[in-house]
Amino acid sequence: MSRTLTDLDRRTVLGGGLAALAAPALLLRAARAADEPIRIGFPTPLTGPFGAEAKDQVRCAQIAVDQFNAAGGLNGRKAELLVRDDKLNPGEAATRTLELIEQDHVACIVGSLSSSVQLAVNEVTKARGMLYVSISQSDTITEASDFGRTTFHEALNPHMTAGAVARHVFKPGMKVAILLADYAYGNEMAAGFRRAAAAIGGVEIVLEQKHPFGTADYSTFLPRLRSVKPDVVCICNFGRDQANSIKQAVDFGITRQARIVVPVLLYNQRLAGSPEAFEGIVGGANYYWTIEDRVPSAKAFNDAYRAANNGAVPSDYGAYGYSGVRLVLEAMRRAGGVGTDAVVRELEGYHYDTCKGPETMRACDHQAIQSVLILQSKAKAAMKSAADLFDVLAIEEGSEANLRSCADLGHKT
Amino acid sequence: MEIDLIAVQLFTGVALGAVFVLLSTGLSIIFGMLGVVNFAHGAFYMTGAYAGVFFLALTGNFWLALAAVPLLIGALGLGVERLLIRPLYGRGPDYPLLLTFGLGYVLVEIVRILFGTDGVPFETPALLSGGIDLGGLGYFPAYRLFVIAVTAVILLLLWLLLARTRYGLIIRAGARDPEILSILGIDIARVWLLVFGLGTGLAALAGLLAAPMRSVNPEMGVAVLVEAFVVTVIGGMGSLLGGAIAGMLVGIVVSLTALWMPEMSTISMFALMTLVLLIRPQGLFGRGLAR
Repeated sequence: MSRTLTDLDRRTVLGGGLAALAAPALLLRAARAADEPIRIGFPTPLTGPFGAEAKDQVRCAQIAVDQFNAAGGLNGRKAELLVRDDKLNPGEAATRTLELIEQDHVACIVGSLSSSVQLAVNEVTKARGMLYVSISQSDTITEASDFGRTTFHEALNPHMTAGAVARHVFKPGMKVAILLADYAYGNEMAAGFRRAAAAIGGVEIVLEQKHPFGTADYSTFLPRLRSVKPDVVCICNFGRDQANSIKQAVDFGITRQARIVVPVLLYNQRLAGSPEAFEGIVGGANYYWTIEDRVPSAKAFNDAYRAANNGAVPSDYGAYGYSGVRLVLEAMRRAGGVGTDAVVRELEGYHYDTCKGPETMRACDHQAIQSVLILQSKAKAAMKSAADLFDVLAIEEGSEANLRSCADLGHKT
Repeated sequence: MEIDLIAVQLFTGVALGAVFVLLSTGLSIIFGMLGVVNFAHGAFYMTGAYAGVFFLALTGNFWLALAAVPLLIGALGLGVERLLIRPLYGRGPDYPLLLTFGLGYVLVEIVRILFGTDGVPFETPALLSGGIDLGGLGYFPAYRLFVIAVTAVILLLLWLLLARTRYGLIIRAGARDPEILSILGIDIARVWLLVFGLGTGLAALAGLLAAPMRSVNPEMGVAVLVEAFVVTVIGGMGSLLGGAIAGMLVGIVVSLTALWMPEMSTISMFALMTLVLLIRPQGLFGRGLAR
């Protein structure tokens, strides 16, 4: 509403064509900007195979905005979330992001899912000096080649996630086979497992088999996987590919001879799969609701989500949505404004706790140092409720030792 | 070692081929007999899986669902033919093509509204869970063997219907020359109505049978529509035998590609289709453009 009024003012001023009037009008406009809401652009793939994850991200991001506003906003200035469907398409995401910046005058962009889409968003934000908090996994976004001064990566990255799972599961003498989706995510996760295996030592990667993204039938990939007689099979794919490949691998008896592990055990895919298919599968996660028994901020986040969603609990990718938006709003409040430079300075090296315990935004590459949960999917009989899907086997606390060094990433140190 | 693996891979390919045959039969029947390119095939397939989810939740009995779903979605197909397709006969093939294309979107959207956009789980029926050790061929899921058997039975029944019954004779005659058939006093509209219902029922049956192997979600029919087209085009539009052989061939090609060039396995079926179209544009067993 206030925006339309401003536009109207500007048009009146221009229509008048009196330069003398323009100066006070601009001052007036600057004064009005302080009352305008802080707009946060939120591109996310509402339609498409990651729709379930995306919708939960929106729900959670909205909670962060509501909490910020309820606490008085930024000296009374309220925040507003502008959600846009990026359709899981890099071109669409870039267009929507550009619109958010140029037409909606957002203060920052948070969001997008899938590595290729977030890199497309990053290209746009980087070129315009716009603040961007990415909340989906990528290794390259913090590497020197893709890094931007205004780019922050709140999500885990494949190196941390696959590394944590490997450190928990891999033992010297083990034979490991990797099945990966043939695109950025799968390749980065596989590389994460490879690096971790080399660091542990004595772990042999006996097979790396790629499958096309979006494969519906995995039967043809399984005979070779069986023939190398692995102790562990790492399945590196996302979304529906994960549910499908795990189910079929179990059907074809892979779990009779090997353990299946995944870098990211997805809450929504376990719901879409079944307890039988996922039973015993081990994987990493950024968040799982039951950590509320030991992490106070998780309890507060879950309670807010429950209150807003009829007692349901947030998903892993939902927590990213909350965390990313809350992180940037907190930094704005501390900076006392939305100026990009000031907010960037606040975020670099920032210690914070949004919903999963302490995190630190590493100054040199803008990667959030944070914990990785190691989860195991429960048997049906062991589930106490419909949301009781996983056991938390371990929590690897955030540590710079588990990240690649900034020198490795190509940053000048 | 490698020889063993190739044997297993061939067997897996044939098994996958049977699934492809199952997926494409409904499409092939409707095209072969009606000349209608049914772009809603994938959507009927998906609707079948969801109808199965619904029946299973209602009755808890997979076998009851297996009997009820093809009838239910087949009946839906009858309604679609009578109300939407029939007015378009004689207007050129692009009319029903565009109509079914749109219908597919409508069905997907209805399912999204009723069941949500997320996938839903579908358990393998208890009787067929687990697997069987096939010696040198390794451990194979019992359910997949069941699907292969069902596919064989369906093909046999279809062949008996089309080649050995009076009704099949009418259907085949209708595909060749509907005008003469009308002159002979046969209600051709009724034949087409039933053929369309049969095709959609088969699509739904395929969706239900695929549900325990692949996950159930509103977009599950998209890839299947493409796969079914590839198989139908390779086999020759409207040829039952051609479809069966093409399905097996596609299964084997995909499987062997997965062994040597796994990331190319999806592309391989399109490469095969291109090759067949270059050498035999009417497909392996196609009669050419009869109509």
